[in-house]
Amino acid sequence: MLSGVPRVKLTLNGAEVDVDAHPMKRLLDVLREDLQLTGTKEGCGEGECGACTVLVDGRPVCACLVPWAQVEGTEVTTIEGLGDRHPLQQAFMDEVGAQCGICTPGMILAAIALGPKPSLQDIKIGLAGNLCRCTGYEAIYRAIQRVSA
Amino acid sequence: MAGCTDLYVALNFGTLTGTKFLDLWPLERLKKINVKGDVLEIGALATYSDVIASRKAHKWLPMLIDAARQIGGPQIQNRGTIGGNVANASPAGDSLPVLAAADATVVLRNATDLRRVKLSEFYTGYRKTVRRPDELILAIEVPKQTGKQWFRKVGTRAAQAISKIVMAAVRDERPRVAIGSVAPTVVRVPRTEAALAKGSIEDAAATLAEEITPIDDVRSTADYRRTVTVNLLRRFWADTA
Repeated sequence: MLSGVPRVKLTLNGAEVDVDAHPMKRLLDVLREDLQLTGTKEGCGEGECGACTVLVDGRPVCACLVPWAQVEGTEVTTIEGLGDRHPLQQAFMDEVGAQCGICTPGMILAAIALGPKPSLQDIKIGLAGNLCRCTGYEAIYRAIQRVSA
Repeated sequence: MAGCTDLYVALNFGTLTGTKFLDLWPLERLKKINVKGDVLEIGALATYSDVIASRKAHKWLPMLIDAARQIGGPQIQNRGTIGGNVANASPAGDSLPVLAAADATVVLRNATDLRRVKLSEFYTGYRKTVRRPDELILAIEVPKQTGKQWFRKVGTRAAQAISKIVMAAVRDERPRVAIGSVAPTVVRVPRTEAALAKGSIEDAAATLAEEITPIDDVRSTADYRRTVTVNLLRRFWADTA
């Protein structure tokens, strides 16, 4: 597509990918459009809501603010990378931590970044960049605590 | 472009007109936070998360840790950089009052020269800096601090909020107070500082109300800002007594 521009190579959900996309394209759009991984949602497009949260080298970032070029050589994890069998995914269902579900992929990935046995305070701080309009957050915190128990 | 947490907001909205971008993110050397002699050198590409994780920063400049923890949320802290905050030159930039109160210096480099500009002289107006188009911010140098450091950000929420007022202050024989969101740039308040040096919080409070020039905008009013800024000064003085 672009001559002379090196293709970005990275590890995505454990597999190497090599996608020909413009280096300035948002990571969010490369995931959703070029890779058909639509689990990552666009809530605001300005880094305020966290719906587009993915993990880059284990750290949560807003995919709407990351240029494709900057994930070169990194390990990116999206909600699809959890394979539908992650304990957090089950806990979110059991505790009804999801209603409309638009914040849920971002919430789960942000929760994974908290590590094992986060305190309630750790959870609140760690999820401060993820907004939910439906649940009032309590069920989300319960789901995360349930997994850490 | 570095962390892109401001740049991509403008890009997404279509308000950024540039078409050529230089990606600084791979410059690992500029991420380092180190003590060099009697300054703390914060690499321009140090993210807020890097600052929070830095024991040296905790020891040297705890008010910067306070500021870093209140910027956005984890996602923003993992990408946004100190150099970006300085270069973006927003009057509401949360690290700027910390750096201004700490008498920090901006280290700039182009192909031929290296120069240092005091942060208090770096801003010339709303979103205007003395950085030349061919200059890169390499680092922010913070001299060794004495006294007690204090920081408070007032916003609509505890996270993901742009400040209505943001203040950093240091209490020692030479009190320093720097405030954001009350002027086109971050400001120090020398007349207020002089009143504090004399030990009179009442004089300082009265002086501060006159020394700042806040405006009404989408986030707050001049009246609110003036009142709360003076309250923050009193809170600083009481907390550091």
